[in-house]
Formats: sequence, C-alpha cells, structure tokens
Amino acid sequence: MAIETHEHDVIVIGAGGAGLRAAIEASAHGASVGLVCKSLLGKAHTVMAEGGIAAALAHVDPQDGWETHFKDTMKGGSFLNHWRMAQIHAQESPDRVRELEEWGALFDRTPDGRILQRAFGGHTWKRLAHVGDRTGLEMIRTLQDRGVHQGLAVYMECTITRLLMDGGRVAGALGYWRHTGELVLFRCKAVVIATGGIGKAYKVTSNSWEYTGDGQSLAYDAGAELIDMEFVQFHPTGMVWPPGVMGLLVTEGVRGEGGILRNRQGERFMWKYLPEARRNEYAADEAEARRWLDASVAGKQTDARRPPELSTRDNVSRAIYTEVREGRGTPHGGAFLDISYLPAERVMKKLPSMYHQFLELADVDITKQPMEVGPTTHYEMGGVRVEPDTGAATVPGIYAAGEAAAGLHGANRLGGNSLSDLVVFGRRAGLAAAKYARSAGAAPRPNEAEIEAETRDLLAPMSRATGESPFEVHRALTACMDRYVGIYRVKADLERALELLEELKGRAAKVRVEGGRAYNPGWHMSRDLRNLITVSEAITRSALLRTESRGAHSRLDHPKLDPELGKVNYCVTRVGTVMRVDPTPLPEMPAELKALFEPAKEKVG
Amino acid sequence: MSAATPDHAARGARTAPAADGAHAPAAAREAVLRVWRGDAKGGAEVEYRVPVETGMVVLDAIHWIQGHAAPDLAVRWNCKAAKCGSCSAEVNGRPALMCKSRLDHFPHDAPITVRPMKTFPVIRDLVTDVSWNYEVNKRIPPFKPRPDASWRWQQSDVDRIQEFRKCIECFLCQDVCHVLRSHELKHQFAGPRFLVRIAGLEMHPMDGEDRSAFLKDGAGIGLCNITKCCTEVCPEGIHITDNAIIPLKERVVDHYYDPLRWLWRKLTGR
Repeated sequence: MAIETHEHDVIVIGAGGAGLRAAIEASAHGASVGLVCKSLLGKAHTVMAEGGIAAALAHVDPQDGWETHFKDTMKGGSFLNHWRMAQIHAQESPDRVRELEEWGALFDRTPDGRILQRAFGGHTWKRLAHVGDRTGLEMIRTLQDRGVHQGLAVYMECTITRLLMDGGRVAGALGYWRHTGELVLFRCKAVVIATGGIGKAYKVTSNSWEYTGDGQSLAYDAGAELIDMEFVQFHPTGMVWPPGVMGLLVTEGVRGEGGILRNRQGERFMWKYLPEARRNEYAADEAEARRWLDASVAGKQTDARRPPELSTRDNVSRAIYTEVREGRGTPHGGAFLDISYLPAERVMKKLPSMYHQFLELADVDITKQPMEVGPTTHYEMGGVRVEPDTGAATVPGIYAAGEAAAGLHGANRLGGNSLSDLVVFGRRAGLAAAKYARSAGAAPRPNEAEIEAETRDLLAPMSRATGESPFEVHRALTACMDRYVGIYRVKADLERALELLEELKGRAAKVRVEGGRAYNPGWHMSRDLRNLITVSEAITRSALLRTESRGAHSRLDHPKLDPELGKVNYCVTRVGTVMRVDPTPLPEMPAELKALFEPAKEKVG
Repeated sequence: MSAATPDHAARGARTAPAADGAHAPAAAREAVLRVWRGDAKGGAEVEYRVPVETGMVVLDAIHWIQGHAAPDLAVRWNCKAAKCGSCSAEVNGRPALMCKSRLDHFPHDAPITVRPMKTFPVIRDLVTDVSWNYEVNKRIPPFKPRPDASWRWQQSDVDRIQEFRKCIECFLCQDVCHVLRSHELKHQFAGPRFLVRIAGLEMHPMDGEDRSAFLKDGAGIGLCNITKCCTEVCPEGIHITDNAIIPLKERVVDHYYDPLRWLWRKLTGR
C-alpha cells in the first residue's frame, strides 16, 4: 500500500507558540521543516492566552531582574522545577519578547512608549507584557506570519498518531489528513513535539478538542520518559454558568487588574488561604490592597503589597473549592469575582474580551455585576522529560517544547510563564533539532512493520459491526478523572480511577466508528482516546505515588509537604505494554543560585 | 454519503438530558436543528431534536448531536469563546460563529438551520475548504521595520490599530462579501479579511513597507464597492469598511491618481 510521503529534516508537531517558534528557528538554521498541526494555522491554544507573557523587562517596576523572576518561578513550582530551565527562562524571556516586537507584535505601552507590564499571581513585580486580554492572538499571528514568509511547509488539519523509529532513533511520523482520512507519512531526522496539554481528559476544562495528550503519548510510545505528570493545574477562574461554557477561562488578568474574590456571604476570603511562609508578600488588609491597586492604575510606584487574590493558582483554586465545599459558594457553585467597582471604561479597555464573553454568553455585564468563577482544568506541568538547554527528550532525535515538555514549572506554573516558555524553549528546541538533523548522517528508514501495525489499529474501529460510540467512552473517562483525580486526591479514589482506566482501555479498544474516513470526528476521537487514557494513567499512577501535597497536587490523606519527596520527580516509562513509574533524583541547584534564596538577599515586594 | 438518517434524529430525541443533575435545565425544551449534511457531491438538511439547556449556543447543540446522535457530524471548533474563529457557519442564513449564536435568540417554535459557509468549497457537513485564504495571506508583503525604528510608541498608536489586529480569522467577512460570494473573483480580490490585515501592517508605527502596488493589483481593492456587508457580520465588531478599507482606498488613490504624485513619480522614477 503506497502512503503519501513527505520528507523533511525536521518535523514539528503542533503549531501553537512553541511549535511555530521551533519551526522558525530550525528553518532559519537551514533545516527543511514541516510543521504539522491538527487545526487550521493560527487556531492553536496559544490564540486563547489572555493575560500576557512574563519577562523581567523591568519597564514598570525597575527593581525586577532575571534573578527575581527565577526565584518566583522556583517558589511557585515548590522547588520541583529543573533549576536550569527556570534560569534559562528567566534570563532569555526579555529577548524573546523584544524579538516578537521586532517581528511586528504590538504590546500595550508605558507613558514613555515602552512595553507595559501588568501584575499576575506569584510574580513579585509587574512583569507581564500584554495587549489588553488578547496577548496570545497577537503572539500567534506574529509568529504565524513570520513562519509563513520564511517558507515553512505547513500541513494543516493533519493528525500524527505514531512516531516511527529506526533502531533507537526517530525516523518519521505517521498520521492522517483530517479532511480525507487518508494516511500520510513524514520521513525526517528529528521531531519536535509541541502538541500542548491534556485537558480533554477532564470534563470541566478550559482546553479545546486538540488537547488530548498527543505529544506525551507519542513520546511515551516511542520510549521517552515523562515526568511530573501528577501536576495538573486547575485554573482558579473558569466560568461556572451557563452549563455550555462551564470551564471556559476567565483570565487571571482580571485579578491582575484588581478583581476581588468573595464568597456568597461577601467575605473576601483569600486572606484566609495565604500560605504562612508567603503571607508577608501580600497586603495586610483591604486598605493596603486598595493602595496597591490605585498605584497600579496610576502607573506609580508604591510600598503597598499586592492583593491576596494574586496568590499562586494552585492556592487560589483550593481556596475557591474549599469555600464552595463548605457551603459558602455562589448560586452556581463558584466564587464571585468582582471588577465592577472600577470605572467601566477601564474594565472595557483592559479586559475587552472578558467583557464580551460574559455579556454574550452569560448575560453578565462585568462592569456592573460580579462574575461567578470556579476551578477548571487548564494546564499540565508535567510532560516529556527534556534536556534543559536543548529540549532533547531521552530518545535520540525527539525534542519537546512548551506545555508538552516538563521541568520549567515544577509543581505549579505561574500565569504568564507559559507564553514565555513557548518562545524561549521553542527556539532552543528548534535550534537543537536542526543541528541534530545536520549531523545525523543518512536519513533513517521508518520501520515498515510499525507503519502496518499503526494502520491496522487506526482503521479497526471502522470495520466493527457493533460497539460503543467513542464519545460515550470519552464521557466516561472525563467523569472518572473529574471525580477521582481532581483538585483534592486520596489513595482510595486514585486506586478506583486506575480500575476504571483499565476498564476504559478495554472499552476504547472496542469502539465502533460510523461513517466514512473523510472529516469524521467520531473516528478522530477513537484514536485520541488512546492518548487520553495513556496520559490519564500517567497522571493517576504518579499522583498515587506522591504521598504529599505540593503545588497543584493535593492529597487529603497526605496534607503536608514531604521534604524527601521534594528531591524526586516521578518518571513514567513504558515497559512493553506496562506503565512504570519510578522516583528519579531532582538535579541539584548550584550554590550561586541557592544563594539567591538566602534571606539577606531576599527582596520582598 | 453516510450522513444521518431520520433514525439518528429519532434516537437523539429519546436520549434526554440525563447527565448533570446539578444543572438541570430550567424547563425541558427541545430545539429543532436542521443541519446541512453532505460533501462536494451534494447533501441535504437533516433534522435533529436537541434538549435545550440555559444559555446554550448553536455549537453546544451541534456537539450534542455529535455526542449522542451522529458521531460523524463534521464541524470545526476550538475555543468556544469567540477567540479562535473556527466555528463559522450560516445560521438561519446569516454568517455567524456558532459559539456565539445563542439558541434563545432564535424563535422557539421554528427550526434553526445550520449550513456551511457558501463562499468556500464544502469538504464535509459544516466544514469548508478555506485554504485559499492562507494562500492570499502568503502574498501580502510582511511587516518590515523602518530602518530608523525607535521601538518607542504611544498607547494611542496601539489603540488605533488594535482594532485590525483583533481579527480572529473566522472568514465570515470573506463569506458574506459579494465580490467573493456572488462574483467569485477570488483570483482578483483578497477580500475584507486581508484588507484588514494590510491596514494593521500599514498603520503599524514601525512599519516601513509600501503596499500600495499590492493593494491595487494584488489585492484588487478597487473591486470593493463598500456595501459594508463585511462590517455587519464581523463578530469582533471591526469597522472593516470605514476604518480599514476606505483609508486604504484613499492611500491607493493618492499614490496612483494624485496628479502631483504622478508627476513626482515620473520625475524621480519612484
């Protein structure tokens, strides 16, 4: 059987910020690059990013610098981050932001005409370059046009289902065209995985249909290591009403611009939930929080500390969840998020798409009424284990960047650190993949038997006369993950989830697909299910082993931090058809970076 | 084609909203959707009955059909929040984003028709081949910083062109534009979306490229006779005709038809 075949030095899978930046860099270094994406170009998740891109430009708060950004990232991640990734990220993100500007991106300005920066949770200083609440759109359009005019070959609406190997190294990727259902083979020397996250494993999520853990599963199947999969970020502010938009993101920019969280009794509850160790970083009372906000609106310096709503995402999510569980939730089971006390003009200028989103989808005018918000599955901190400087996975020829890769964010990601992650590590992975391809010698040959096996697997659901709809199995999977592997976890629940996942594997292997191969979402889901179940199992097994509460991972039966577990990442590997999870030592931070955390050198805002 | 049969629709109707007891619908009501199903060879509207929840949008209804009655119903979507511009279709004859089309904004007692965008070749069901748009974009001269770019500018510069840059590329303006839709002049006219794109580049405070020649000959801006249909359907509320197309038309007129400029060009060769 002849399969349509394309040849490139480097195949980049995923065309969000990380994939585009990787493709641009690899191509700029002379590699022939194929960029493969499941959606149309420019529709990837990056387009939805709202709040901004974190970089210590120090335009608004001159005290900022890479060291403080590095420390904030490490603290936010409960020190489970790879120190070197956090260092590279903090040092290079300002250059990447300036580069975006040189490529045509427009950011909001300071009065003296430089890039404006806003406050965000867990960031000591005002650090997020932004344009209103549409930063991701500006970024993806800029990268998209840069890439297109650089002559990238773009394969749109094409889904990769398997990485193909030649001996121990990657040799290509197999997938299908969504519009025809025909198979397509990409032969290459290097692959960059930039496929984003896993949100569709959960029911309440801010993520689109694309987030089915493809990259994590492709890498896992190819023998690469995944780490930190237990750390799933539940963003504190998703919409909770009406049902159709449940989980849809409400940008952290609302809190950055002064949004206040209250329970149904009107209590501003975030003060109760600040971790003792970091309480002194936040305003002591309403008056101080208000002084911070007034200074922020006026663009002035202040000695007031930031409001408690700007605590880290893991913490704010647990706070809202707890308020609701203890009976102080809003009518639709969330918390009130109020920005209506600010002048309507300012709200509409700084948060235009939030204004429209609530007005048109929920009949709420956020300049007059509070929003109702609750936690929503948003981001996977874990993913493919990579070498910090190059994004190289543990299998030769495979690279990963962005959400699909792990290490930068540790146990919890700070808002704004994702967009910067994409361009800092997208660039590095693209560069390393191009170099690797150049030195890799003769093109490897994909294994024919692998191609045949994958083809059989892909088409099997179409030949079955009976069986469930793949959407049925997907609903069962998301119900399982929401219920048993959510914000608060406990041993018995996680064990129950593993049992259910075993059942779901069996059901997924027997689904029936109706209709033909051309643009058939049921068929697409039948394959996506395999990836979703793989990542769900990785999350659940890692969560079971991490018998502590750290960052986004909260165990009711192990509520405290365990210093010993702060020294390990849980590492997921495939042994035959069995998933193994083992603790692996966390790389130790060098002395000069450790010294940054000594109290004498700590500058607390 | 393998589209849904009346049996699918009936099965859909029997599968009542059992899930989500916490958010039970205020009143059990059904909406009737007539969804065009087919491919390049042809197709027809197929009727589905969908249980209605508060605040439901057309895209929710399409997903319900996909999840319960017709798993092979083809539709594009991503964000469900009017940020990505994927779920464009013609709802009751009007080009719209399905994620922004509330069911309660339509009459309760009449079926809602959902059809693919007419201006682009249909691939399957609600999915059309919009690749032509990406080809147009490739031909637009890209951002080129002025040699003396200072990289300092004012917020007012950002505010002025942010209108153009907030375009989500839903291509509804392309769909409704009669130059493309009725006269099928895709080979001569770039369409409103890309005139907006060019406006965003031309008015960028640091841009030094001159796109006058492309606007006149490559983009065919003269073909637009400012009927403003594009502006009416834009989900982002961009004043496409008034703020993007008319100023660009003036730019072209100044460049090519101003007699002083004409003389200047003759003398200087520029």
